Amino acid sequence: MSGYTDIIEKIQNQFPDAIVYQQPTYDEFPTLWIGKDSIVKVLGFLKKDTALRFSQLFDLSAIDEQARNNRQGQPASKFTVVYLLLSYSRNQFLRLKVALDSDKPSAPSVTSVWPSANWYEREVYDMFGINFEGHPNLRRILMPGYWKGHPLQKAHPARATEMGQFKMPEEQMLEQQDILQFKPEEWGLKSQSANNEDFMFLNLGPQHPGTHGILRLILQMDGESIVNIVPDIGFHHRGAEKMGERQSWHTYIPYTDRVEYLSGVMNNLPYVMTVEKMGGIDVPDRAKVIRIMLCELFRISSHLVWYGTFAQDLGMMTPVFLTFYDRERLFTIIEAICGDRMHPNWFRIGGVAQDLPVGWEKLVADFVNYFPPRLKEYDKMVMKNQIFKARTKGIGVYNTEEAIEWNVTGIGLRATGLEWDFRKKQPYSGYDQFDFEIPVAVNGDCYDRALLHVEEMRQSIRIIEQCLKNMPSGPYKSHNALTTPPDKKHTMYDIETLINHFVNVTWGPVIPAGEAFCNVEASKGNNGYYLISDGSTMSYRTRIRTPSFPHIQFVPQYSKGYTIADLMAILGSVDFVLSDIDR
Amino acid sequence: MNETLFQILVIVGVLLGTVSLAAALIYVERKMLAVWQQRLGPNRVGPFGIFQVLADMIKIFFKEDWIPPFVDKKVFILAPTIIMLTVLMSFAIIPFAPGVVVADLNIGLLFFFAMSSLGAYTIVLAGWSSNNKYSLLGGVRGAAQMISYEVFMGLSLMGVIIQTGSFNMTDIVNAQKDVWFVVPQFIGFVIFMIAGIAETHRLPFDLPEAESELISGFHSEYSGMKFGMFFVGEYLGITLVSCLITVLFFGGWLGPSFLPPFIWFIIKMFCFILFFVLLRATLPRPRYDQLMSYGWKLLLPLALLNVLITGAIVLSAQ
Repeated sequence: MSGYTDIIEKIQNQFPDAIVYQQPTYDEFPTLWIGKDSIVKVLGFLKKDTALRFSQLFDLSAIDEQARNNRQGQPASKFTVVYLLLSYSRNQFLRLKVALDSDKPSAPSVTSVWPSANWYEREVYDMFGINFEGHPNLRRILMPGYWKGHPLQKAHPARATEMGQFKMPEEQMLEQQDILQFKPEEWGLKSQSANNEDFMFLNLGPQHPGTHGILRLILQMDGESIVNIVPDIGFHHRGAEKMGERQSWHTYIPYTDRVEYLSGVMNNLPYVMTVEKMGGIDVPDRAKVIRIMLCELFRISSHLVWYGTFAQDLGMMTPVFLTFYDRERLFTIIEAICGDRMHPNWFRIGGVAQDLPVGWEKLVADFVNYFPPRLKEYDKMVMKNQIFKARTKGIGVYNTEEAIEWNVTGIGLRATGLEWDFRKKQPYSGYDQFDFEIPVAVNGDCYDRALLHVEEMRQSIRIIEQCLKNMPSGPYKSHNALTTPPDKKHTMYDIETLINHFVNVTWGPVIPAGEAFCNVEASKGNNGYYLISDGSTMSYRTRIRTPSFPHIQFVPQYSKGYTIADLMAILGSVDFVLSDIDR
Repeated sequence: MNETLFQILVIVGVLLGTVSLAAALIYVERKMLAVWQQRLGPNRVGPFGIFQVLADMIKIFFKEDWIPPFVDKKVFILAPTIIMLTVLMSFAIIPFAPGVVVADLNIGLLFFFAMSSLGAYTIVLAGWSSNNKYSLLGGVRGAAQMISYEVFMGLSLMGVIIQTGSFNMTDIVNAQKDVWFVVPQFIGFVIFMIAGIAETHRLPFDLPEAESELISGFHSEYSGMKFGMFFVGEYLGITLVSCLITVLFFGGWLGPSFLPPFIWFIIKMFCFILFFVLLRATLPRPRYDQLMSYGWKLLLPLALLNVLITGAIVLSAQ
């Protein structure tokens, strides 16, 4: 990563009073507090400036600062809006913060700079009650319309027992049903076309086989062709971020497994890496390679689910059974190593939970030999099928600029021709030691996205093979005092270690105050955790940056004019998971 | 008197035979799909799960016969009966063996066309009366698909009719004593088969149902035995198309004499049924407009060309 002094200089030259404070963070991203009035201008400048080109709004979230003790000289603020930008040309992240120091917090909307800020701002409004001036349609997005209060505010209860008894009288039920009724005018949609013909509004979901989960899409249709789409999300919202604020650093790991439930431990990785960054924990090599191996096994597992269900979306019956059969074989390996199949909750702060079992090499080697011929078979059956090609080629096309503008990451971005994979660009957990390629396509259509999924599985097999051949020996867990569960070796000889051990086991480790963000190339796109520690045993704020959220926001932009059948192909090729959208 | 008795036997036999065959096909299809999909398939009820059909039947007969309050009740009830009726009627013209035919009509094939045209009503009416947007879309798709594929279906058989000089099914079989029509009428055979799948709206041409898009399309709202009638109707449809392919292109009951004619017929028919199941296991579903343009832009000219060439050859031979 190149330095960032020139960024600050440029901003200061352009907007002398904009930067209020420069905050040090554990992730060493430049973190600048910007005045509320100049944030839109600064963001616009950062996006457009040719030397900076912070072209992607990677994440937008907020922090309720009202209960925070260790603010370490940050400007006074009750609510802070956080913008995380990514520059592809500089391969650099930049974090901007805006302090909102009033009881009725309100910030200017940045939808004029990035249209993708739309859903993020709605989420911040929903969760924190922060108003965004100039937002086109500021309404709740994850919580139901009748919800009282804003859940991520510190004052909002975090447990059901704090909320009083649950009752649902009939009139309340009717009222809530009424809120779910779709009114086109609220979304700026017309009920009639220019020549006075009625549009059909088709309610696709929340229960629909093509949406792969409880996603609701409201289609404005003219015959069978789609005029517009309004996605309605939040049916799978479980408050994963709120739960992060009441779980210890260690006990939150199982929740991360379920954020993107097809990729299992791959979700653990960004979380534990962020905590390790804050705690200054070095992970031993063996643990790193075990992590990589399990992540790649889960990448294949997730892509296999995608492969089968995508083919099924296009009307093919058989692939889903075959790919799930392969997935079962994968789960056998994962179960032998982790003791669980889908959500093994296997990574730990400072390493992994246990060493690899005796005989793991044979299981993995068997799969490495077994899988590539199967992939070839699937190629013949699916990818080379003429009807499959006719259904996916030239459908759902977007280019690299649009993808970056709408915060698309992962395969969706690489399918447009940009070779960008964090495993290569900002290698984490030792990925730089591995020999693999980043498959890239050029057309940005459904077929290309499908092709990349298949190629990625081949590359994952390559990585797993290298893990198998070069598994380092040594400890599977760090000796750092913050490692969870802590090392017990010296406890019987040394009172200091015993006290540390006792505290860490009973309360969990105390992570030093500060903040960090870590990001991995997950199976669906870039998955990242932005954690703030207030110097306690729990996270002060857990922000989960998931890839599917912006991907679904982007779908309506490039699905107009296609038919329902094409929409199914598009949704399938996007490869989203509802838990990843709603968290 | 004996002849009348025989005729009644044939009628009852065909009726019971086809319906129970359609039911048995549920098991055959599930088991064969399982074989091709690396699964076990039904294996709980009876040895190898052969009583699965029975269990399914009991279940579907005893399910609540529920009619949603928002549907057009009369039409809703009428729709599933049409498909059963028309397909069963079509079986009347199939000669299973010499003399074993319900009605040896001299307009046999035309009768089949008439019946299969009426079959389109079942989808349209079911889709319309369900008062559901998905069903409506399915119904509209189904109507367009069936009406267009009927055109090629009819045209594809013209070659056979020209060569035989008759619409009568028995005549058609007898005309294949020397060589089965699949040889001279190969294009006709292929088109008829494709159109046949489209007519029975099975994968890959199951657009009116399109489970992943339209959630079962025209029969979304149906349950219990009314749904069962669509289901049995579909399997009857496969059996019928397989029978027709056997009769029209593969010499019907004709075959070496070590097996009785009826057995030959059944063997040939089963091969085609299995082929249909295999197709379902293999192919994805084309998009609606792709299906239509494929039909009108490729199959129609091909079918017309086939008629033209056959006609020219037959004329020049006279």
